[in-house]
Amino acid sequence: MDANLLSSYIFAVIVLNVLLGLMAYMTYIERKVMAAMQDRIGPNRTGPVGLLQPIADGLKLLVKEDIIPKHADRRIFLLAPLLSFVLAPVAAAVIPFGDSITVFGHEVNLYVADINVAVLYFLAIGSMGVFGIILGGYASANRYSLLGGLRAAAQVISYEIILGLSLIGVIILSGSLSLVEIVNQQSETLTIGPLQLPNWFILSQPLAFIIFLIAAVAETNRAPFDLPEAETELIGGFHTEYSGFRFSFFFLAEYISMIVISLFAATIFLGGTDGPIQDGVWWLALKACIFLFFYIWLRTTVPRFRYDQLMGLAWKVLLPLVLINILLTGFIRLWGLGML
Amino acid sequence: MGIEDRFEKSILTTSVDSVFNWARRSSLWWLQFGLACCAIEMISAAMPRYDLAERFGMLYRASPRQADLMIVSGTVTKKMAPVVRQLYDQMSEPKWVVSMGSCANIGGPFDTYAVVQGVDQVIPVDVYVPGCPPVPEALYFGILELQNKVIKYDTIAKKQGPDEAEAYREESRAEAQAELGPRR
Repeated sequence: MDANLLSSYIFAVIVLNVLLGLMAYMTYIERKVMAAMQDRIGPNRTGPVGLLQPIADGLKLLVKEDIIPKHADRRIFLLAPLLSFVLAPVAAAVIPFGDSITVFGHEVNLYVADINVAVLYFLAIGSMGVFGIILGGYASANRYSLLGGLRAAAQVISYEIILGLSLIGVIILSGSLSLVEIVNQQSETLTIGPLQLPNWFILSQPLAFIIFLIAAVAETNRAPFDLPEAETELIGGFHTEYSGFRFSFFFLAEYISMIVISLFAATIFLGGTDGPIQDGVWWLALKACIFLFFYIWLRTTVPRFRYDQLMGLAWKVLLPLVLINILLTGFIRLWGLGML
Repeated sequence: MGIEDRFEKSILTTSVDSVFNWARRSSLWWLQFGLACCAIEMISAAMPRYDLAERFGMLYRASPRQADLMIVSGTVTKKMAPVVRQLYDQMSEPKWVVSMGSCANIGGPFDTYAVVQGVDQVIPVDVYVPGCPPVPEALYFGILELQNKVIKYDTIAKKQGPDEAEAYREESRAEAQAELGPRR
């Protein structure tokens, strides 16, 4: 086998396992941070300071009874959680975790694949993830599940457009769809008069960044846009009928896609592995953690949107803004900053 | 029940049991469901002052399929009784029930045509928490007792078989019921 291909495979296995481990502890961190924000203590009885809580939850879900409703569409019901679980970490394949390093005299690239349409690939996998939700909602033979699935479909279609268009500005500036190329461009220095700034796209595309952030929250179905599983209206939404480890697959998929989209945002807008001192994967991790904290922060502070407000925000506010952003970026790209 | 039974045939034995016991008792997710004024007290037990839910690894789930524990908090009217029963049936095994407050235990002050005289006439109850309404500390104590029961039930199920465990559960339920005293 080709040595490059082999090292790609090995790196993919490492990334997958790290993601799965992080995902488990993401639930712990979320519960702890939420508890701190609500003046509570959070899990502290399971292991030292509650550190074993995710493991207890996972094991318990594993040994719970696995219910398949009588009227459910059996095959699709079983397939749906697997579909969303498999597709969630696949998107991480294009994220560069640093420059290549030398292991045993052999050069290893710190990314699984550098494909020239990485951004498109990421968006495509992201929108595939919703199939698990729609199919799960449909196959449960439950009104609430179906409503949750339909909401997920409408929401993801609307916000997928916003997400894609908000990245167009970055793509116009960088002239490339490859994430490795985008990161390389961001590690250059931007000189504005006396100022020496990193060439991060958050500085040249602030509006696109904010819109991307909003759309990313909606895309991963997190609060305040968690309408597909709104407890107050839909019980559990698309996963109402799922119990035990099938439910945990949906749960895992949600947290993995949260982590992956945070890594993606850090790569596109915050320079990825580029940092003030000693570039490396730790900078990427730090930036992703900021996004993850932001997710939890939003969940504790902002109430859930009403459905028409959600759609109105996407089509009446974000879409015009993002189109204006593309237009401005295009003109600046054509004639330079001097035109302003 | 779940994946656990498949281990029986292969190598994993006793130490795995204690791990599963521990996992079951440390992550009792409860059904988000309240009936009357006891529910307010249950909510206050989950709020910052007591933080019952999160500290013991409990979460409330809105879907009965994902819940392990049902806290019947409040008066069970005859109109509500079928709903309570249905929710109990929809929960996935293993499932546990805590009856909270005098109304759920024995009907409380409402000796009327409209109120079920104790929720144990509708669903089996594992732990009765007395009080009108019980203070959050009492609910705590009930939950801790329930955790002990979960461990004991699982251990008996492993060592002597599921029938023995069910017998133990029936026995302890009858014991708890006898403690309540005569009913009107």
